[in-house]
Amino acid sequence: MTLSIAKSIMAKAISGWRQVGQRAGLAVAGLALGTHAASAQTPMYYLETFGPKGEITASLTWGLLAISVFVVVLMSVLVLVAIFRAKRLEPAELGSKLPVSHPGGGHRWIYLGLALTTAALIVMVVWTMEVLAEIDEPAVEPAFTIEVTGEQWWWEARYVDPDDPSRTFVTANELHIPVGEPVRIRLASADVIHSFWVPALAGKTDVIPGQINETWLQADRKGVYRGQCAEYCGVQHAHMAMRVFADPAEEFRSWWEHQLEPADTIPEDDELLRVGQEQFVLKCGACHAVRGTLAGGEAGPDLTHFMDRTTIAAVTLPNTPGHLSGWIADPQHQKPGNKMPNLDLSGPELNAIRHYLETLD
Amino acid sequence: MRSLKRFGAIAGACLLILAGCNGAEETSTGSDPQGDMARGAELIAAKGCGTCHEIPGIDGATGRVGPPLDHVGERMFIAGMLDNTPENMRTWLMDPQAVVPGNAMPDTGLDQEEADQVAAYLRSLR
Ligand code: HEC
Ligand code: HEC
Ligand SMILES: [Cu+2]
Repeated sequence: MTLSIAKSIMAKAISGWRQVGQRAGLAVAGLALGTHAASAQTPMYYLETFGPKGEITASLTWGLLAISVFVVVLMSVLVLVAIFRAKRLEPAELGSKLPVSHPGGGHRWIYLGLALTTAALIVMVVWTMEVLAEIDEPAVEPAFTIEVTGEQWWWEARYVDPDDPSRTFVTANELHIPVGEPVRIRLASADVIHSFWVPALAGKTDVIPGQINETWLQADRKGVYRGQCAEYCGVQHAHMAMRVFADPAEEFRSWWEHQLEPADTIPEDDELLRVGQEQFVLKCGACHAVRGTLAGGEAGPDLTHFMDRTTIAAVTLPNTPGHLSGWIADPQHQKPGNKMPNLDLSGPELNAIRHYLETLD
Repeated sequence: MRSLKRFGAIAGACLLILAGCNGAEETSTGSDPQGDMARGAELIAAKGCGTCHEIPGIDGATGRVGPPLDHVGERMFIAGMLDNTPENMRTWLMDPQAVVPGNAMPDTGLDQEEADQVAAYLRSLR
């Protein structure tokens, strides 16, 4: 009872402070991230959040920070007071008195200190446990699940409609979720340990080989939220990012409908596209799937609706014709060590394949 | 006190000059080589030329797919086909496939004004 009162007082006290901190923090983050932040609406920043899960966690973060800062200040003041209040020995007393003495009493201070510390720690532990319990499950049961698989160094996302298995599809690196609705995320790894982290929406959840971990996301504001693998997983760990688009419900449903469709068939009389598709199936189809064609590989991202994505290779490059051509021609220079090899392509083949990819919207 | 005033005046003048430059940059046309170059550099970064070319002065432009563009301002030919004039550079940048069909460089979607701005930057690489 007293604990929860103390907690609520604390929460109120910090809420004002938190806003000041958020503004300052956002300004600093904005400066530091510069151009990168310009592409996503939220940079990798966890002190301002946009969903119920993030809100609760951010309050705890600010609360613990406030307590910690208070303790550091208090201790510093006490140490300073002790230093300046210490009695200096007169030269005459030097021989007769010990420089350090152990007078009796003073235990009361120790008891008081212990009591205060214990109380503060208990508040912090209980508050933390309470937050953990609160964010464990969303308020309402999510309408669908995204099965996210971490792979060196990109994210596969399989959208699963629990009521209708035929409405399942696969995409990569850019998740879409409906604004204001919780979404369940089921996490698996194809190789090593990764960690799923969209800081403006929720804390980290580890992605562990041989184990399924679950978490959930909810964004209450339309926007683009950047995510990042948060567990070192090999050379390209830093380029294993993702984007989460929170779309209005209507937009989200039509996005899902669109993703279910196979790729458009190419016009019969377009020679360039015909060659492009043929070459794609031949040279890329062993690793990439384009539904509706013979390309059915699973080692790389599903490219059926690749042009709906704004970025290439787990947010390594923006998706423009220039960057895309450069990626296909020399992926090992753009993201050294990644699992897409440089392929033997001629200029005309590269050109034809890129033209073909540009039809995959 | 006097030196402080002088400092203020100089600082003010500098700010004015800077502001002037800025204003000029925003309305870049053929008559403003500095602004064109700055805008050209931005376009080069945005269009991803650097995934294929090494380009001095552009962040992360370390590509190995096409030729490095240092000294491209002094080169005699563009893609071994066109005389290196501003007009030909515009033609090349806007539609490289028309000049050398099937080559690896894509049409990056530059309009005429943008192509001239990019060309202005490339011309400065000597
Ligand atoms: C050996 C398997 C393999 C082959 C062959 C291959 N890729 Fe990839 N590709 C990958 C992998 C793995 C990735 C993910 C790389 C990363 O982000 O780390 C990828 C990523 C991509 C992406 C970015 C997708 C996204 O959503 O970010 C594109 C586009 C792409 N490949 C196109 C091609 C094309 C075109 C070809 C044929 C010329 C090709 N790939 C051949 C494995 C392959
Ligand atoms: C997919 C890779 C790729 C991209 C992206 C690309 N280029 Fe190129 N570029 C090439 C190749 C390959 C050549 C050589 C073409 C030839 O000689 O036929 C070339 C040639 C050139 C040349 C002529 C150089 C010379 O010495 O002959 C210029 C100038 C040039 N590119 C500028 C650009 C600019 C500016 C951009 C961005 C708007 C760009 N390129 C984007 C691959 C690319
Ligand atoms: Cu990682």
